[in-house]
Amino acid sequence: METQKRKIVIGYGSCGIAAGANKVYDKLREIVDREKIDVEISETGCIGMCFREVLVEVREPNGDSFIYGDVTPERVEKIIESHIKNNTPIDEWIVKSNKVEGSENKFFSKQMRIVLRNCGEINPESIDDYIERDGYKALEKVLKELSPEDVIDKIYKSGLRGRGGAGFPTGLKWKFTRQSPDPVKYMVCNADEGDPGAFMDRSVLEGDPHSVLEGLTIAAYAIGASTGYIYVRAEYPLAVKRLKIAIKQSHERGFLGKNILGSDFSFDIKIKEGAGAFVCGEETALIASIEGKRGMPRLRPPFPSAKGLWGHPTCINNVETLANIAWIILNGEDTYAKIGTEKSKGTKVFALAGKIKKGGLIEVPMGITLREVIYDIGGGIKGDREFKAVQMGGPSGGCIPKSLIDTPVDYDSLTKTGAIMGSGGMVVMDETTCMVDVAKFFLNFTQAESCGKCTFCRVGTKRMLEILTRITEGEGKEGDIELLEELAEKIKKSSLCGLGQTAPNPVLTTIKYFRDEYEAHIKDKKCPAHKCKKLLTYTIIPDKCTGCTACAKGCPVDAISGEVKQVHVIDQDKCIKCGECVTRCNFDAIKVE
Amino acid sequence: MGNSTLLKEKFNPEPLKEVLKEYEGEKGVLIPLLQKTQELYGYVPPEAMEMISEFTSIPVSQIYGVVTFYAQFRLKPVGKHLIRVCHGTACHVSGAEKVTDAIVNFLNVEPGDTTEDGLFTLETVACLGCCSLAPVMMIDDETYGRLDEKKVRKILRQYKSKN
Amino acid sequence: MSEKIKIKIDGKEFEVEKGITILEACKRFGIKIPTLCYHPDLTVAGICRICVVEIEGMDKLQPACAYPIDREMSIKTHSNKVRIARKTNLELILSEHYGDCYTCVRNGKCELQKLAADFGIDRYIFPSVTSPKYKIDNSSHAIVRDPNKCIHCKRCIRTCIDLQQVAALETANRGHNVQIQTALNKPISEVICINCGQCINRCPTGALRAKDPADEIWDAICDPSKFVVIQTAPSPRAAIGEEFGYPPGTCVTGKLNAALRRIGFDRIFDTNFAADLTIMEEGSELIERLKRKLVEGDKSVKLPMFTSCSPGWVKFIEHYYPQYLDHLSTCKSPQQMFGAIIKTYYAQKIGIDPAKIVTVALMPCAAKKFECNRPEMRDSGYKDVDYGLTTREMAAMIKEAGIDLHDMPDEDFDHPLGLGSGAGLIFGSTGGVMEAALRTVYEIVTGRPVPFKDLDITPIRGMEWIREASLVMENVKPEYKFLEGVEVKVAVAHGTANAKKLLRRLEEGKLDYHFIEIMACPGGCLGGGGQPIPTTPEIREARARAIYEEEKRLPVRKSHENPEIKQLYEEFLGKPLGELSHKLLHTHYTPRGKYFLGEENVL
Repeated sequence: METQKRKIVIGYGSCGIAAGANKVYDKLREIVDREKIDVEISETGCIGMCFREVLVEVREPNGDSFIYGDVTPERVEKIIESHIKNNTPIDEWIVKSNKVEGSENKFFSKQMRIVLRNCGEINPESIDDYIERDGYKALEKVLKELSPEDVIDKIYKSGLRGRGGAGFPTGLKWKFTRQSPDPVKYMVCNADEGDPGAFMDRSVLEGDPHSVLEGLTIAAYAIGASTGYIYVRAEYPLAVKRLKIAIKQSHERGFLGKNILGSDFSFDIKIKEGAGAFVCGEETALIASIEGKRGMPRLRPPFPSAKGLWGHPTCINNVETLANIAWIILNGEDTYAKIGTEKSKGTKVFALAGKIKKGGLIEVPMGITLREVIYDIGGGIKGDREFKAVQMGGPSGGCIPKSLIDTPVDYDSLTKTGAIMGSGGMVVMDETTCMVDVAKFFLNFTQAESCGKCTFCRVGTKRMLEILTRITEGEGKEGDIELLEELAEKIKKSSLCGLGQTAPNPVLTTIKYFRDEYEAHIKDKKCPAHKCKKLLTYTIIPDKCTGCTACAKGCPVDAISGEVKQVHVIDQDKCIKCGECVTRCNFDAIKVE
Repeated sequence: MGNSTLLKEKFNPEPLKEVLKEYEGEKGVLIPLLQKTQELYGYVPPEAMEMISEFTSIPVSQIYGVVTFYAQFRLKPVGKHLIRVCHGTACHVSGAEKVTDAIVNFLNVEPGDTTEDGLFTLETVACLGCCSLAPVMMIDDETYGRLDEKKVRKILRQYKSKN
Repeated sequence: MSEKIKIKIDGKEFEVEKGITILEACKRFGIKIPTLCYHPDLTVAGICRICVVEIEGMDKLQPACAYPIDREMSIKTHSNKVRIARKTNLELILSEHYGDCYTCVRNGKCELQKLAADFGIDRYIFPSVTSPKYKIDNSSHAIVRDPNKCIHCKRCIRTCIDLQQVAALETANRGHNVQIQTALNKPISEVICINCGQCINRCPTGALRAKDPADEIWDAICDPSKFVVIQTAPSPRAAIGEEFGYPPGTCVTGKLNAALRRIGFDRIFDTNFAADLTIMEEGSELIERLKRKLVEGDKSVKLPMFTSCSPGWVKFIEHYYPQYLDHLSTCKSPQQMFGAIIKTYYAQKIGIDPAKIVTVALMPCAAKKFECNRPEMRDSGYKDVDYGLTTREMAAMIKEAGIDLHDMPDEDFDHPLGLGSGAGLIFGSTGGVMEAALRTVYEIVTGRPVPFKDLDITPIRGMEWIREASLVMENVKPEYKFLEGVEVKVAVAHGTANAKKLLRRLEEGKLDYHFIEIMACPGGCLGGGGQPIPTTPEIREARARAIYEEEKRLPVRKSHENPEIKQLYEEFLGKPLGELSHKLLHTHYTPRGKYFLGEENVL
């Protein structure tokens, strides 16, 4: 290694890029080149603080770190001027640092980073960065010291459970696949992160692709597979790109390919890009999709561990599960098993989003309460509004209300609420969120994403959506809630696959915790959150109206009348509740209720 | 990128022929082949389905079944710019519907369709994964976050004036 | 010996082999489970969920049709949980189905309608479909698709793939927008469909039906200026009784003749007659091909020769293997030969203007409707066969006329053209054409009957998908000495999926048969797409049994011994493969596109 230079690292995850990382990089490069400043410019994956993107870290040769948030091209200039040239960090823009009190230090204080151990730390396109942080040491240990059975045993004892949603013990899954007599086996990484409102897997793949490759390779060794697939969403171009780079690098270094690290074990990984279908997150649908078919789940038994891809035993683990593996091997299954609760070990990564102040990517030890996640890490609700619920588990999950905010984050406690751990989407909702609308949103999603094969899922979710739609449009009938509940129960019990079996969860949990809101829609024809358009009434507050005519001009159906400088009136029969008048009014004179 | 002028041109099989050569002897190639086809032509033309059918021995009806199953594939050419509005959970609770409505009204185009001048194709997608910037839309490869109606109109005006 | 497992069904103990499905077990013990997407001919789909049962210890209900009994288990088939789930399922299906039962071809024979009755559905829980949403596809001569009635059981798709390897239909779209469509949702006449109608036979509702020409036939019958002739094929006669409550496997030929006469057909002829004619021509063609190939070394002669009586099979090879069209016998099918003979020989014989003759063919087949509309099938100077009518449609006409088959006496066909041999009769079953041909060819060549007991060539009988046999030609007549000692190898296949297997072997150069019989439909014509619904493996066996039993009783069992055939050659045709035969009884084939865009192949 040459003598350490000062490093400027830009957060180059999808969020960072969306927030303008490219422009910041260009500016930085321009200044550094122009002024011949002696720094190394590097990039890293998601740092986690998506709410403060673009993030730029200055790493001093002595290891001190200063992360700047909300960086713009203009701020870059000032950071270089003050910090780089004059060694004076700009404290007020620093969000995290080991030297000064960064404004977001607290965001990290309750977190525990195993899966994200390298995210935001290393350059994801550099295998050396990964190796420097003990990368591929676990693989080496496995190949030199452990039998496949040993590996399975260790993972089983660690208590690691599948992070894709269902929480099946990973060691057990490996064991079943290994036990299948067929000598040809496949190891698949499920990176088809389809939950709307989730970006954990994407961040890991973008920020630390080698950790996934290493986990996948160890898993393949354990189950006895020589070919692996990573099924990744085509909508994640950056993740695909970085995976491809990582696979190439691993081959070059002998971590993939024939006789890995001199052992008898050979393994190769192929990338399959998904083409956009949520249901392909379901294992048998994913297999069908890799085979090039419509991604429709099939009946089980037989289970994939007996008969999967091309008819051979197949083990499928999700990204986060695999990113844990190397850490467990290196740090010991006992160390891992000490983290978390009795039945839920280790950590869990969440994508924190919605009406939360500090949305981003976080990793917390199992057992932490939702309150801690939302208030201590997430900083509470945007605009200091009232917390209403948190949606977990996406379309298969449910909404957990304020009364249960002290629920610990572990598989069983979350399941008890009617939600699920899920893959890690955590969408926070406040008093302006209508829970019937949320249920409708998810049902709309699942009925469009259903593969359409079995009756309950194809038709049942559609009928549920219709009932929800009529409730939100003021056409709800007495008995609708009960009808929803009955239908939901049947769909859960009799659908062919996990998608259908969990699709009613968002409806059931919202009914369970927010029945009054449903009733308000049905009986009083009111939406308490003022969200359901057809249930709103728009009126003009005479005291505030200046008669500027802006609203009348903007009204698409000419429902507003009034002379110039006179108070205007909305004709309720004509009003289509589009809300255009609210947008147009400069005097907050339109009342919506 | 998609190019609407392809609509008028006769299908040129040559680029796809080249692609097919690369996949000789592999299994499970249908979806990658369709992805390549769409990269080449901006959509999946029926003639390409025939070629892929010949190559893979998969009946055209089944290829059509696959094309219509996955959200990524299009059977019609796209406009010059592809607008994708995120309707993920975070975007939904932050007003994705209003963003879409604003585009629909401004461009006079329904989701899934292309404007008459062939300039814009509007799509709504499940999640772009930039939840912390909600609500979000992508135009071609550019992401726009924290949108409201006014911001949307401003961005679209810029694209219009560029053309 | 497979392992036995003890199970409990509804509290009662049973013992079954490990691995059979719950549905199979229940069927065995007389426990009825409702099904929709299940069909004994097809791969199990497990998608309609109407057959769900409760397995003790499992939270979710499981489909009986697919769930294997892999351990000791206790199953409940009608617990409240099961019953209500099934009922909700049915209500959901009904909420998507355009149930205009009165005007539906399947009224009274619809599986969905029956289930609704069984479950006592007395109101719609969900809004019902009150008007059709989708356009009916009327483009084909044979098959009509009405998506409004479709319940997405996918039996049609599986039929088209499992049995036929055609894949005319597939699932398109996703979620609630799922539809069963052709490629690019084109009209079915513009995609590859062999018109076999097997999908119709397996559709539980009226979403697929045959194109019914009954109204036009009624008009012709009631028009005094028209002379309406019907020929009836052997398979409908062995099956139409099912439409009137007879058990499967009842031949009602005589009663049917009586019914047709009462309906008002002017002449009733036996397609077996034309089958005998086909054997005369096709047998001669085979000998001719063997001679040219073996004696003259003519490389342009293609062997094996394939039969050409099955119009579904003919269209299949035209689409997928146009390079092998020369292997097809040039003989028209019996239906078409008959049409041409009626409008020429018979018209002359009874002195009627052929323009006034309307020929109807009662067939077990949907593809026959397409066949009679082929432009090349007008060698009599008129459309040789005007209408192809299915068994189901015929039954409806009989009922519409107020006739019950039970009340009919046995009556004979009209003559001439009303006498068929047993060889012609067995055309109705897979293997029958081959058997008939061998009986005649062997006897022509050697002067002796085929060396099988009672003429029954058993190796090629039965329902195995592909069967083979060989026959050594010994002590041949002097004019056939080129065949002395030749082992004639033959094969029989039914279902075009199995035909494809043989064609693949032909492609690989590994097919050393001389003659191959192929029928597009499983079981041959008796399992045709125009036959009564349901058609199951057991029903096909019963119909086959009926045909073979009837043939035993017939006085003439070899085509070349049919006196009316001899008469036809003497009075009109001259000799097999003669000039007039070539004009009227032989045809040519059309290479068709492999893809939906017809022949404009980009490659």
